[in-house]
Amino acid sequence: MSATIYVPGDAAALALGADAVAAAIVKEAARRGIAIKLVRNGSRGMVWLEPLVEVATPQGRIAYGPIAPADVPGLFAAGFVAGGSHARCLGPTEQIPWLARQQRLACRRIGIVDPRSLADYVALGGGEGLRRARTMAPAEIVRAVTDSGLRGRGGAAFPAGIKWQTVLATPAAQKYIVCNADEGDSGTFSDRMLMEGDPFQLLEGMAIAGLAVGASQGYIYVRSEYPHAVAALNAALAVAGDYLGDFRIEVRMGAGSYVCGEETAMLESIEGKRGIVRAKPPLPAIAGLFGQPTVINNLITFASVPDILAQGAAAYRDLGTGRSRGTLPFQLAGNIKYGGLVEVPFGLSLRELLYDFGGGSRSGRPLRAVQVGGPLGAYLPESQFDTVLDYEAFAAIGAGLGHGGIVAFDDSVDLAKQARYAMKFCAIESCGKCTPCRIGSTRGVEVIDRIRAGDTEQMELLQDLCDTMVHGSLCAMGSMTPIPVMSALRHFPEDFGGMRK
Amino acid sequence: MEKPTTIASIIAAHRDQPGALLPVLHEIQHLVGYIPPDSVPLIAKEFNLSRAEVHGTISYYAHFRQTPPAGHVVRVCCAEACQAVGGEALAEHARTRLAGSDVTLEPVYCLGLCACGPSVQVDETTLHAQVTPEKFDALIAALEAAP
Repeated sequence: MSATIYVPGDAAALALGADAVAAAIVKEAARRGIAIKLVRNGSRGMVWLEPLVEVATPQGRIAYGPIAPADVPGLFAAGFVAGGSHARCLGPTEQIPWLARQQRLACRRIGIVDPRSLADYVALGGGEGLRRARTMAPAEIVRAVTDSGLRGRGGAAFPAGIKWQTVLATPAAQKYIVCNADEGDSGTFSDRMLMEGDPFQLLEGMAIAGLAVGASQGYIYVRSEYPHAVAALNAALAVAGDYLGDFRIEVRMGAGSYVCGEETAMLESIEGKRGIVRAKPPLPAIAGLFGQPTVINNLITFASVPDILAQGAAAYRDLGTGRSRGTLPFQLAGNIKYGGLVEVPFGLSLRELLYDFGGGSRSGRPLRAVQVGGPLGAYLPESQFDTVLDYEAFAAIGAGLGHGGIVAFDDSVDLAKQARYAMKFCAIESCGKCTPCRIGSTRGVEVIDRIRAGDTEQMELLQDLCDTMVHGSLCAMGSMTPIPVMSALRHFPEDFGGMRK
Repeated sequence: MEKPTTIASIIAAHRDQPGALLPVLHEIQHLVGYIPPDSVPLIAKEFNLSRAEVHGTISYYAHFRQTPPAGHVVRVCCAEACQAVGGEALAEHARTRLAGSDVTLEPVYCLGLCACGPSVQVDETTLHAQVTPEKFDALIAALEAAP
């Protein structure tokens, strides 16, 4: 009987040396004549503990981390194959408080299953949502999603059920399901972790959407910066077989364009064109991919659907707060001590995430600013850390949750520099179709440079420019770039005007 | 199925795929390292596009190269999460270290390794996290020793 040892194949674990650890384990096991089965699982999401090695024991899985190749002979000497004690032993994985305090739904199998194994997926409850959906009428599936209160997890938080209903009600010979996995926001990696750690969950959610609206073809648009995720999806599709019925899915790789995460630019890109934003209307739900009715949702939205079908809409709706129902996989990133994936129901405060989960800054200095929701999200000062993680509560302070990415900065941050970067990033990534975004971002960089050089009279001009971008841009790229800029100016005025020491 | 081994066979293999241009460009770049200019008219003809449309698509996307890269390609993340942990200083160090080197240095805006930055990608598949200037120098030395 061989011992099962888990070494993550997740990109973050690989970046921290997981392949070398896996090779060292295989070598040491062979040297000692111990039979092992090595599984390259996804990451549990405790990034500071990666590479996190686990071993299956009769008492459950025991975790060791972070492990370097040089630790491996010592681990074997300590009998870790049977869960033996070692300085790096973290005890039963599921009882690590950081993990035990979460409530994982969309991410429930990440790090647990072998992402290449359909049998693993099914053994842990996978496929139940799709099985139920096959017994339901399309309108019943849509109603379940509507009743669950699920809102789009890409950032716009539009009710998923209403979008699905529009596509269902629009007659067409061909409809499409498009998964937005163009996870370009800095500070976000939940889509990547799910693709690499539990790809079948996404495939199931998309197949359910296909049944709900009458679509037979799906596309997953993944950014080219995620080659490991693309490989994991294609590996899953290769073994999916009859699991998806007659629903077909094709993985499409982006090519380094941030704005292709905007849904209409994404459609253009899938169609083989430059990723230029389309004017709306028509909504993609009416005339989307190749002009046909198309459901476009973020990856986490689709990954949330199987649970809603399997457990019922009420179970999902019972979680959360206000109009933010269910859970959101938050991602703690940047200058944070315990960074990683935290899926919890809406309703915690930002402070609880930053300190109870995150443990404060990695550098040990005080946290000064936090950017929530990617490059188009607001910079928040410490005085707003008690804001509840809820779409409406964030909107009320001029911020947004976006895709749940939280980037922490310590007190060495210069917010004027960050504001300049927001404009610069918009200038680099603007698709160029509308003037406020294309020209406004470049002018924005220049104005902020003048302010930083001491010309504080330019602040009014910056305000005017931001107003123009907010009201005149075609999509969120131009209309939301002013959010990080103006929040930085509003909350950290001391950083502007060349007065900062 | 055999992987196509020529640009012509790549184009032919995607003949019936709706919206095939990006997959075709990816495969060509994967095969030869960039999109050779003389492949543009071949692609345009097969997919009934103008050469301007094909060129416009290639030049729109930062990922596609129109000239062969020099040596290895090293991408340093310049996005916010890496900025918060010294990413800019690392990028500056990389510029200095690689001046005159035949390693190609490019910025990348997020590799999804945001809880363990600053991060670096080498030749699109090898990833490095928590990269300090010292660690960067070591990985460049290893690249230069094994070109």
